Amino acid sequence: MAALYELDAAQTAQAIAAGQASAVDVARAHLDRITEVDGDVQAFLHVDSDGALAAARDVDARRAAGEPLGPLAGVPLAMKDVVVTAGLPTTSGSKILQGWIPPYDATITRRVKEAGIVMLGKTNMDEFAMGSSTENSAYQVTRNPWDLSRVPGGSSGGSSAAVAAHLAPLSVGTDTGGSIRQPAAVTGIVGHKPTYGTVSRYGLIAFSSSLDQAGPFGRTVLDTALLHQVLAGHDPADSTSIPQAGPDVVAAARDGARGDLTGLRVGVVTELTGASGGYQQGVLEKFRDAVAILQKLGAEVVEVSCPHFDYALAAYYLIAPSECSSNLARFDAVRYGLRAGDDGARSLEDVMSLTREQGFGPEVKRRIMIGTYALSSGYYDAYYGQAQKVRTLIAGDFATAFGQVDVLVSPTSPFVAFGIGERTADPMAMYVNDLCTLPASLAGTPAISVPCGLSDEAGPALPVGLQIMAPAMADDRCYRVGAAFEAAYLAENGPVLRHIQTLGAGR
Amino acid sequence: MSPIRGLSVPPSRLWLVSEDRAHTPGGDVAHAGLTRDEVAHLARLARLAVTEEELDLFAGQLDVIIGSIARIREVAAGDIAPTSHAVPLQNVLRPDQVSPSLPRQAVLAGAPAVEDDRFRVPQILGEEE
Repeated sequence: MAALYELDAAQTAQAIAAGQASAVDVARAHLDRITEVDGDVQAFLHVDSDGALAAARDVDARRAAGEPLGPLAGVPLAMKDVVVTAGLPTTSGSKILQGWIPPYDATITRRVKEAGIVMLGKTNMDEFAMGSSTENSAYQVTRNPWDLSRVPGGSSGGSSAAVAAHLAPLSVGTDTGGSIRQPAAVTGIVGHKPTYGTVSRYGLIAFSSSLDQAGPFGRTVLDTALLHQVLAGHDPADSTSIPQAGPDVVAAARDGARGDLTGLRVGVVTELTGASGGYQQGVLEKFRDAVAILQKLGAEVVEVSCPHFDYALAAYYLIAPSECSSNLARFDAVRYGLRAGDDGARSLEDVMSLTREQGFGPEVKRRIMIGTYALSSGYYDAYYGQAQKVRTLIAGDFATAFGQVDVLVSPTSPFVAFGIGERTADPMAMYVNDLCTLPASLAGTPAISVPCGLSDEAGPALPVGLQIMAPAMADDRCYRVGAAFEAAYLAENGPVLRHIQTLGAGR
Repeated sequence: MSPIRGLSVPPSRLWLVSEDRAHTPGGDVAHAGLTRDEVAHLARLARLAVTEEELDLFAGQLDVIIGSIARIREVAAGDIAPTSHAVPLQNVLRPDQVSPSLPRQAVLAGAPAVEDDRFRVPQILGEEE
């Protein structure tokens, strides 16, 4: 039998349910793996060994008592540090929240715990989820387990690296402009951004409220669907939460795995396939191979143009900074977190300015200032107002496209994982990572990234992601098509992660 | 700006349809340019006590970023309604029921300074006010 940390989530749950392994054994195997490997990978900001073992013991006790357990009971999970967890440090990757212990659980934290999932700890991220490489973390640089000199994507880079390095079979990320899908793509795992409003934002430290959406990472499409089902659901504590049940994504993943896509209409988005340059050739090749696989499964493929997608970058980099400049005003040195320069003589305003100067990193400061500029009197209509209208045009492009096809596809990212430090000096070189993921963020529609091969164009063989986009509330299509693709890819090539370097004892 | 390894065009170019379009009178992407003083003003508005070195760095960077996102103004979006949610919701209501708040001690435990069971705040008005 494979080591317990090598099993995927569905296999782990099965092994626990069948009594082949206890939840405590599984938790220990992962905690040992973290001890062995995370010194290199640096995925976790905080590991909660005691809490994990207590949660695992509880699952074992409930199983022994014959209680019915959920489909992921006893399965370990890594939680992105933007999600608040009662009693566990939560920093959102920022010095301004260093040492803060939240007094409550986010709704998704509660849902994870209620499902009997064993939370191992909190994962590293770009500060306040602003970035595409996790290099903007105030604490540490997380390394891509495929090549430790490269980034794991971002902003959920700790969560993607943890799953790819087999530190946890599941993790939670958040996606504002691509922060689940792009890290999934560059680490060779599956990541899904749900329809905006289907997963509660209560207890997520807000970055851009009209875009932020939490979602699952896994090594397989089915695992990702199983976690999605736990996270999603209406929450009265979030006024943007959609008061209706989402689709059964687990059933969709199982159905897709049968590998028949006959009658499915797939649109290749002209604007997201590198016609204007800027995409790596190796990425485009793997994407074309993936489209050919979909065709082989019976799908009918057409090219679809979404002309306003060309404005997605500009719209996003107005909306997200504008909303963050407002959201981050809560860090005022009064109720939580850091306070600097309070010498008894300085005014609140001075203390606030000194605290924010000391507590925020450069990318956060840049975005707060851009947002402050874009929301200034006289500029609001030309920038934020105009960007919100462009969202309508992008949503309109999606609506037109989904009149002709069932799903849209593109590469998840124009590039494979890049080197640590390679893009930090030029903010815009970082921003173009989000080129392919932004349209679905702005429209609030669901999209998944599934591994579709390796490219050695940038040196070592590194993973490439296929993005599958669907209409709002049709997350099941992402999982059905993703699972069908995954099954066909596996049959031909075996799992992408088979090619990841050995970390830990085998090194 | 130097090209990035593995990219066939410099990333900044991805922001613009083409150099030509950026300079045609119809494609109004020109912006006034952001001076160092303006960045200092923005920092004050945003309550960021930035250093002189940061002002030098940010002035250049923000100018490039804002110059790039200014192309949003090219889009003819006159009477189009704004979007903020995939599934627009209206009048989100809940029953008017009392529910427990967090315990005072739990909330104050995270505060940087506490006095008499309350948040302690620096003086609100400066000397000159």
